[in-house]
Amino acid sequence: MIRRLLKGFGAHLDGFLLAALITLMAVGLVVLYSASGQNVDKVASQALNMLVALAVMWAVANVPPQHLIRLALPTYVLGLGLLVAVALFGEVSHGARRWLHLGVTRIQPSELMKIAIPLMLAWYFDRYQAVLRLKHYGIAACLFLVPVGLIARQPDLGTALLIIASGFYVLFLAGLPWRVMVGLLALFAASMPLLWSLLHDYQRQRILTLLNPSLDPLGAGYHTIQSTIAIGSGGIFGKGWLKGTQAHLDFLPESATDFIFAVFGEEFGLVGGLLLLTLFLVITARGLAIAANAPTLASRLLAGSITFTFFTYAFVNMGMVAGILPVVGVPLPLVSYGGTSMVTVLLGFGILMSIQTHKKLVKT
Amino acid sequence: MTLPTELKDHQTELHRFKVRLVVGAVFVFLLFLILGGRFFYVQVMQHEHYRTLAENNRITIVPIVPNRGLILDRNGVVLARNYSAYTLEITPSKVPDLEATIDELSKLVEITPKDRKSFKKLLDESHTFESIPIRARLNEYEVARFAANHYRFPGVEIKARLFRQYPFGETASHAIGYIGRINDSDLGRLEESGEISNYRGGDHIGKTGVEQSYEKELHGVTGFEQVETDASGRAVRTLSRTPPISGSNLFLGLDIRLQEIAEKAFGDYHGALVAIDPRNGDVLAFVSEPAFDPNLFVDGIDSANWEALNDSPDHPLTDRALRGLYPPGSTFKPFMALAALALHKRTATSAIHDPGYYMLPGSSHRYRDWKPGGHGTVDLHKAIVVSCDTYFYGVANDLGIDNIHRFMSKFDFGRKTGIDIEGELAGLVPSQKWKWRRFKQRWYPGETVITGIGQGYTLTTPLQLAYATAILAGGGVTYTPHLVRAIQDSRTDLVHNVALHRSADLSLKPEDLALVKDAMIDVNRPGGTAVVAWAGVPYTVAGKTGTAQVFGIKQNEKYVASRVAERLRDHALYIAYAPAEDPKIAVAVVVEHGSHGGSTAAPIARKVMDYYLLGKLPQDKAVPATHEEGGPHD
Repeated sequence: MIRRLLKGFGAHLDGFLLAALITLMAVGLVVLYSASGQNVDKVASQALNMLVALAVMWAVANVPPQHLIRLALPTYVLGLGLLVAVALFGEVSHGARRWLHLGVTRIQPSELMKIAIPLMLAWYFDRYQAVLRLKHYGIAACLFLVPVGLIARQPDLGTALLIIASGFYVLFLAGLPWRVMVGLLALFAASMPLLWSLLHDYQRQRILTLLNPSLDPLGAGYHTIQSTIAIGSGGIFGKGWLKGTQAHLDFLPESATDFIFAVFGEEFGLVGGLLLLTLFLVITARGLAIAANAPTLASRLLAGSITFTFFTYAFVNMGMVAGILPVVGVPLPLVSYGGTSMVTVLLGFGILMSIQTHKKLVKT
Repeated sequence: MTLPTELKDHQTELHRFKVRLVVGAVFVFLLFLILGGRFFYVQVMQHEHYRTLAENNRITIVPIVPNRGLILDRNGVVLARNYSAYTLEITPSKVPDLEATIDELSKLVEITPKDRKSFKKLLDESHTFESIPIRARLNEYEVARFAANHYRFPGVEIKARLFRQYPFGETASHAIGYIGRINDSDLGRLEESGEISNYRGGDHIGKTGVEQSYEKELHGVTGFEQVETDASGRAVRTLSRTPPISGSNLFLGLDIRLQEIAEKAFGDYHGALVAIDPRNGDVLAFVSEPAFDPNLFVDGIDSANWEALNDSPDHPLTDRALRGLYPPGSTFKPFMALAALALHKRTATSAIHDPGYYMLPGSSHRYRDWKPGGHGTVDLHKAIVVSCDTYFYGVANDLGIDNIHRFMSKFDFGRKTGIDIEGELAGLVPSQKWKWRRFKQRWYPGETVITGIGQGYTLTTPLQLAYATAILAGGGVTYTPHLVRAIQDSRTDLVHNVALHRSADLSLKPEDLALVKDAMIDVNRPGGTAVVAWAGVPYTVAGKTGTAQVFGIKQNEKYVASRVAERLRDHALYIAYAPAEDPKIAVAVVVEHGSHGGSTAAPIARKVMDYYLLGKLPQDKAVPATHEEGGPHD
């Protein structure tokens, strides 16, 4: 009886993916304990975030993909409306307008867009797949560039760029012609000098700092310099759990959130880093396998985009902490402290599991 | 037939998707290798380097605050400077019992209740890990005494800091402005503009005046030292040093002697004066009386001083030159005359008979002239010289309000002049559209009539009046007024003048300008409204007096019984430029409750011009013109 109940409960979960995700989250809790200065409350609160996010994942996994895709247009319109509302009435915090107050709670509509954009584009290409022409790619690009513009204005450049990535992945998977991609790349490269001349001095300075952190060791560059020292001092096997010095000596701000990988790298070394990287790769591979076997165009595009986006997050975060990418506020998925990103990421995996586990039912 | 194609389509589509997926996967793997490679490089190849950095030594980055640029007047007299002094500072997070520590400290170094209060205020505004000053400007004796007892006070330190000082105190305080401690809203702005890191280690920022609007130039670039510290955080050696770049020095157009003379000339009166060089837009004097001592704000103003300034019924913190809105009164008339000539509503010779009032056609309401019985036969010249109201009532009615609005906008009446400090108010010249938008009411002809003599809705700032006068003096050429005329780069010591913003010439006819100028010259001669102020003047002055019905600067002014009589008096206005044939200075003066432009405002303008043009100091010990009536009414 209990077995059957359990089986019913887990019928729409992908066991392999779930195991990998939970392993990653467990690693996250272990590092957080060290990064937060052995703060049990913080670890407990993060565990609670994880439980909530897993519940959301389970719920989404139980909804058949065709129902999820039917939600594409309403979700997109809702998200767009909320972004406009943020632009008009949003709450300003630390110089950026990202939050919207809704009486009891406040929400950050750009998070919703991270899911809504791939969903919307997948639905769009599915709908027009029989008559697909170049102009449809153009329209699809507009569909994600409008909200991206609103998000970039907040300003939240990091999120905007990642949403561009998630939208681009759908276009890419839907068969955006190579010549168009090459053309766009060439156009972008050619317009660089013009764009540069249009920027304000301080904006140029910012970009230069992003490219070369040592230009601004008091500001944005400080993080990168310190996190690179932390990772580098870890060596091959690391200093051991709880034995890192850099993070605990307040050299490294944000050590529990965006820069948590610096703590991991310092304490677990190259071996730990490569294992963690492999774990991300395994999850990505599983996601791509689900995409390859998905029955409809919409679900293929959706699964593919979600998976690539997930890896992009991980890459951008670790690249930034390891000092090869500019500092943008991107958390390490499922490892960094914070509830919102946890829910968004696992919601995405809920969709993947739904696509994977409803396949047989569709066929029969 | 369709089915196989669709299937085939489906197959190619699926194939294409899988190809793309594989391409993506290859990319993912490449990125994986890049990251892995980076880890290998940092953690294996560079490991020794980073291990040394991380464990044996601790590198801290210490910001070095740049020297703030000086502010100097046009002759190089220093108006804002820096001096170094020792402060006693506490880092609250390192001190277990703040109260007890401060009590102990007060046995070594004098700490007044005022010091404690401002420390508390700063404590509330700052993070506990920041170093907060408890006493500024320690003398050498106090420094030595604390140093001997330093070991007893962990978390308390003596630091050498640069202080800002304004040697002239209240003089020109509204133009120069002041700096103060960085607060939350400053932080937000700095974060947004990406300049936050340039403020590490520093804690002051320009708050008003030139100190605020030229913050970027004055601040300079923060330098830093990479310092190696031992386990207890003490500096062992400096690894590298990037020196700070001092802020640029600013040269103002102000002549501080002229400014002092102008401020003194106001005596006990309140009001504003702006003097502009019509040849380039340099602001020569920028007076708002009463003023305040900017030195009070530098270390964080204490509450007693703040309340005294902020709650004073005299509003010393309000910049009247920039934000005081006054009806221009009769100083509007030269501009009305130009409008009438430019739009062909009057000629030089067309005259009217003034019975002492004006009536709109078909109405019996009398708009009175200030002179009962009227001025008799009045042409344009006489209308300006004797300040005839009846003449300009008619001019306004013939022009119509929208023409007046359009014409006056050319002189930036009702618009910001674009001066280089923040907070300027635009004033107002009404139009039909404006009234509809503002009150949802249509425009009445009577309102046009009183606009002709600068009353009604019309409001100007003293700055606008001075600017419009400068345009008049320059024959219709406009240079945006600016306080800062040159900037000196601290690295090269090169002084470069700020670019002059010359907007399009107003294309006023020279003969029209000459007509108005001649009349304005006669204003200051026998028979004119400002004759008493200009007896024996060796140069030619073109001017115009004005009187404005009282409007408080603010609605919530305190009621002070002893001042009511004075507070009900009209404001006195005066505009002038000289020498009339080759103008070098244009002035606008507003004396609050000064009654008559000719008797209170014009003498102030004379003192300013005498000094500027002749180098002559006022002789009458700077006593302002008498409060009694004097000279003809305007």
